[in-house]
Amino acid sequence: MLAWTCPAPLRDQPRVVMGHGGGGTLSAELVEHIFAPAFGGPALSVTTDAATVELGGARLAFSTDSFVVRPLFFPGGSIGDLAVNGTVNDLAMSGARAAYLSCGFILEEGVETDVVTRVANALGAAARAAGVQVATGDTKVVEAGHGDGVYINTSGIGLIPPGVDLRPQRVVPGDVVIVSGPVGVHGVAIMSVREGLEFGVEIESDCAPLGGLVESMLAVTPDLHVLRDPTRGGLAASLNEIAAASGTGIVIQERAVPVPAPVANACAVLGLDPMYVANEGKLVAFVPREQADAVLAAMRAHPLGAGAAVIGEAVEAHPGMVVARTGLGGTRVVDMPLGEQLPRIC
Amino acid sequence: MKYIDEFQDPELARRLLDEIRATVTRPWALMEVCGGQTHTIIRHGIDQLLPPEVELIHGPGCPVCVTPLEVIDKALEIASRPGVIFCSFGDMLRVPGTGRDLFQVRGQGGDVRVVYSPLDALRIAEQNPDREVVFFGIGFETTAPPNAMTVYQARKLGIRNFSLLVSHVRVPPAIEAIMNSPDCRVQGFLAAGHVCSVMGTEEYPELAERHRVPIVVTGFEPLDILEGVRRTVLQLERGEHTVENAYPRAVLPEGNPAARAMLDDVFEVTDRAWRGIGVIPDSGWRLSERYREYDAEQRFSVEGIDTREPAECRSGEVLQGLLKPHECEAFGTTCTPRSPLGATMVSSEGACAAYYLYRRLDLGTPSPKSPSVKSTALEGSSVV
Repeated sequence: MLAWTCPAPLRDQPRVVMGHGGGGTLSAELVEHIFAPAFGGPALSVTTDAATVELGGARLAFSTDSFVVRPLFFPGGSIGDLAVNGTVNDLAMSGARAAYLSCGFILEEGVETDVVTRVANALGAAARAAGVQVATGDTKVVEAGHGDGVYINTSGIGLIPPGVDLRPQRVVPGDVVIVSGPVGVHGVAIMSVREGLEFGVEIESDCAPLGGLVESMLAVTPDLHVLRDPTRGGLAASLNEIAAASGTGIVIQERAVPVPAPVANACAVLGLDPMYVANEGKLVAFVPREQADAVLAAMRAHPLGAGAAVIGEAVEAHPGMVVARTGLGGTRVVDMPLGEQLPRIC
Repeated sequence: MKYIDEFQDPELARRLLDEIRATVTRPWALMEVCGGQTHTIIRHGIDQLLPPEVELIHGPGCPVCVTPLEVIDKALEIASRPGVIFCSFGDMLRVPGTGRDLFQVRGQGGDVRVVYSPLDALRIAEQNPDREVVFFGIGFETTAPPNAMTVYQARKLGIRNFSLLVSHVRVPPAIEAIMNSPDCRVQGFLAAGHVCSVMGTEEYPELAERHRVPIVVTGFEPLDILEGVRRTVLQLERGEHTVENAYPRAVLPEGNPAARAMLDDVFEVTDRAWRGIGVIPDSGWRLSERYREYDAEQRFSVEGIDTREPAECRSGEVLQGLLKPHECEAFGTTCTPRSPLGATMVSSEGACAAYYLYRRLDLGTPSPKSPSVKSTALEGSSVV
């Protein structure tokens, strides 16, 4: 029983804080020090968005995600859309097109049935749009005051095509880093409605299913090295995770990262970095250099990849670290976020 | 984005850098007063691009960093009390007090809320008449006016369950203290543009004259910083020491009269302790007599707090420009954003945080042990 004992306690944190759900270092420590040692087994994947499991000779991608978003409805989507697209996209990052979803609803006593209906309808429509079937589900109700109206958990499975092997460990120096479009949109859209902030322009979430985009990329070459959807923790967290898992360095050109003007302005006001803001319909790809032009062209030909851009490359220098070349010609480290980003005082 | 891009244009930056290189003939030490400027400098690598003769020294202008530990401990104590809703700007939540921070108070059941405006806190007070709502009023001349306005509004609306935990500070006395220090190496100042947008430039000519030091009011975008450096170096090379406004798009000589009137009404000047530096005469504000009932320190008894500053933290020297963050022995070893010894490492405007976050590669500071796991496959929640 001592074999799996956690190598170090959760540092200085006798209780869970919000940052443990923020997708950064604290989240990873929770997994590393508590969950992985407790659950550890050969199928457990902790370096990819979805686990790859074999069943009856087939290679399946298998993933689960829970959604506790406030508010339930926001510009460009709802918790129902997120619950589908979040899991569908985790599967897509393994190269799999999602086939079946499970759907668990945790409802708070007192929430209007109209709200539940709207969420369920949104979830159903998102599933149809993503080409996935909700095959099973569950409902629980918790006492008033013990939830934010509606929480949803979804799990999904899909088949991984032969010859596709997407893992950060496959990244090698020279790989080209491509992002599928403008970053930071979803997080700013949520902040604008959650906190009642107005930025002059309505910013809509980029929430979308990425299975089709991934298929069009794999049609160019099955030899993509890794895909990641930069959700919580944003692009910076995804790049840091890939750098850490692959042992390569990553260099990005700061001015090449597409950031829409309203997102840049909102972030400037709040003192946030768009690189750390969540996305829900974007992916970052590490592609062999010789395939990069063709993959980029295929991405730009797809509606969800129209804004795709090369933002950098994997390098031998500074292994495990992400470095940005600034617009002025300097360099800086792009760190793993600790927890959630905090708006600054002035 | 166009607006931001205009002030980050690489070509214009190159021209300004060329001018600075052509101007400078000997070493000069300039202090950027504001932590926001420090972050722009380090984040964009401006210090790497300047000629070696121009040294930028980081000043005390980080509102989070200079808030005394004792005040943070008072905040933690008040926020822990049942019946209290404690409201703060986000970046105060991770600042360590003696033994814990506001996030941990929230994890222990305290009702700690992040707001984007002090008026949001007042709204929370209106909506929760049976609770005491406290807003953490810290910062420089930039944040003081809206906090003053909130107390003014509370009184006007007759809202009694609202109070302010005040630790406001003023920049000119800090500049005075830095210049009076026997160890001072500063030869020119990039003054904080946001502060001057409120207070104007009237406070500076006498300082510049007395200490024979150029003061250039400077903004926060990369080109603003380079222009501030260019003008300061030009003055130094010419032997001049005047006040210049290199941020005219935001700063008028008279500042913002309405904001200043609000400050004069609600606050009065007082001596104030700065974390890591000590008490600087006349360097802060407290609520004036007619608003004293809104003072959280008076409303809640928070005496007898056992405040213990980590002995190995040298942030006071960093804040005075006497030490570069990476020259501290604890930097990147026992002191990181994950387990900071002082506020300069945790604040989003702190100089130590800037060096740690952006400059580790050049400094050879080891990366913290990267988590060997990716959280998503086992993640518990997806907040956004």
